[in-house]
Amino acid sequence: MSTLTQNVGDGVTITKRNLLKIYRVPDVLVFSTLSPIMFVLLFAYIFGSAIEVPGVNYREFLMAGIFVQTVIFGATWTGASLAEDLQKGIIDRFRSLPMSRSAVLIGRTTADVGINIVTFVVMALTGLIVGWRIRGSALDALFAVLLLLAFAYSISWVMAVVGLLVRTPEVVNNASFIVIFPLTFIANTFVPTGNLPGPIKWFAERNPVSSVTQAARELFGNTSPSYPAPDVWAMQHPVTYSLIWIAVILVIFIPLAIAQYRRAAAR
Amino acid sequence: MGTTTVSAEGLVKRYGEVRALDGLDLEIPEGTVLGLLGPNGAGKTTCVRVLTTLLRPDAGRVFVAGIDVLREPQRVRERIGVSGQTAAVDENLTGYENLDMIGRLYHLGRAAAKARARELLAQFRLDDAGDRTAKTYSGGMRRRLDLAGALVARPQVLFLDEPTTGLDPRSRTEMWATLSDLVAGGTTVLLTTQYLEEADRLADSIVVVDHGKVIAQGTADQLKAQVGGEVIEVVVADAVRIPDTVTVLTDVGRGEAAIDDHTRRVSVSVDGSRPAASALIDALRRLDEQGVAVLDVGVRRPTLDDVFLQLTGHAAEEAVVNGEAGTTAGKERVR
Repeated sequence: MSTLTQNVGDGVTITKRNLLKIYRVPDVLVFSTLSPIMFVLLFAYIFGSAIEVPGVNYREFLMAGIFVQTVIFGATWTGASLAEDLQKGIIDRFRSLPMSRSAVLIGRTTADVGINIVTFVVMALTGLIVGWRIRGSALDALFAVLLLLAFAYSISWVMAVVGLLVRTPEVVNNASFIVIFPLTFIANTFVPTGNLPGPIKWFAERNPVSSVTQAARELFGNTSPSYPAPDVWAMQHPVTYSLIWIAVILVIFIPLAIAQYRRAAAR
Repeated sequence: MGTTTVSAEGLVKRYGEVRALDGLDLEIPEGTVLGLLGPNGAGKTTCVRVLTTLLRPDAGRVFVAGIDVLREPQRVRERIGVSGQTAAVDENLTGYENLDMIGRLYHLGRAAAKARARELLAQFRLDDAGDRTAKTYSGGMRRRLDLAGALVARPQVLFLDEPTTGLDPRSRTEMWATLSDLVAGGTTVLLTTQYLEEADRLADSIVVVDHGKVIAQGTADQLKAQVGGEVIEVVVADAVRIPDTVTVLTDVGRGEAAIDDHTRRVSVSVDGSRPAASALIDALRRLDEQGVAVLDVGVRRPTLDDVFLQLTGHAAEEAVVNGEAGTTAGKERVR
């Protein structure tokens, strides 16, 4: 077998193993979809009544933001799971096998895309129930979904590094909470950025979370000419800006994660 | 026979100020079992991690199956099986799925991996439980599954890091039976243990490590001979007289006397040139003169506990929380 086929094969084996776990312990998936559902309902019915977006129904405006936040939270699963495998000695076993050095990470991040797809479907259905509609073309909508998943995939690699560094699943969850909450709130996810105070506005309009949200909003057709994107390059070209971020994160964090994996259990 | 399957030379691994390995050397001839014996923190696990490619040493050379571990770790991984201290089984997979996955990752091929998984489940008496998730397994079953995982690719060298630590006595006895069968098959094995009985039972030769260094090596009999002849033991009626007893025994014996406060037992090994019985009679006469009441006496062959005590100045298992190896060494201290 060639090295490449072997690497792919190892990745598939590990992905299968991770998906089997989701199948055997479905609680994880249930709870990781319940909280976004709660978010949709809370924002749609509580904050939605107080937040005004010119020309767009708030519930339509909201969904892209919630999608982004949710898939980012979904990506923390990568770090928590790796930390758990590390704790249980399973990573040691993998490292003692003649398998590809990247297979564990590829298998993990791939399986986590699977989790995110399921979560996305559940959320989209909830959105449709509360009044969200896709007003663009089906192709654009599909592209929006792929962009969301690709962004989450890149965050998965960041979380992989975190998980291998801190080696405790609980810590991964708490630590990422501290970062992800501000990152997803200081953005256009839940409110228009126009009225934010100076430096926060500046950050929010360059935050990749905002650009992914903006891109999804445009591709789903949830924008309105009466509420144009802010006059900042990142917001005027949200798809390009998002893709650049995804590429940069992957280029930096894939090698970092693999290097960390090689040393991971080296106490 | 005659060729060396595993060799390590001058291994050093530092963690800050601590030297987990401090110039450790060892050699395992092909087809033999080496017992790496030492208390917690002696460097056993660090040594295994270096030999199994998981950890790079700060200095030293390591060869496994003729391959340089530091240069070509991947080729080494193809030839070894590792079973660690904590059973590294995936508890969400069934026993069968665990073994099948490992077979795939050794690149045995789909059909061979499946067949091997079934074969090993049968060999380790897990065939009935093979299709249950490992979560439902007992501690002993998990260990057996982990060990089966190490054997999937019929490795040339097997590394077993404390295979029975934490098992209840019954599971331990079962595990010993399993391991005895295994080593009878001629696999080269490195076995680490804190249990002297275990090394005595399973290993062809023993290396005793402490503070990251080899402090003694040889067969169990050679090590026992190193301690000297037999050991005499005296149990006194009154704990107050223990110091007097120690003085007398140290006089007639060789080296330090071991004391077990709990049972009021004092023991010392006797110089090989002198019959133990005569030393004992000598000791008893003097104890009698001093009016020390003696409840029980005995002469026994030295155990590896005595070896460890003599070599390191501390008992092998004093650091072990549940030191239940069935010997008295755990409770002994040296004066």
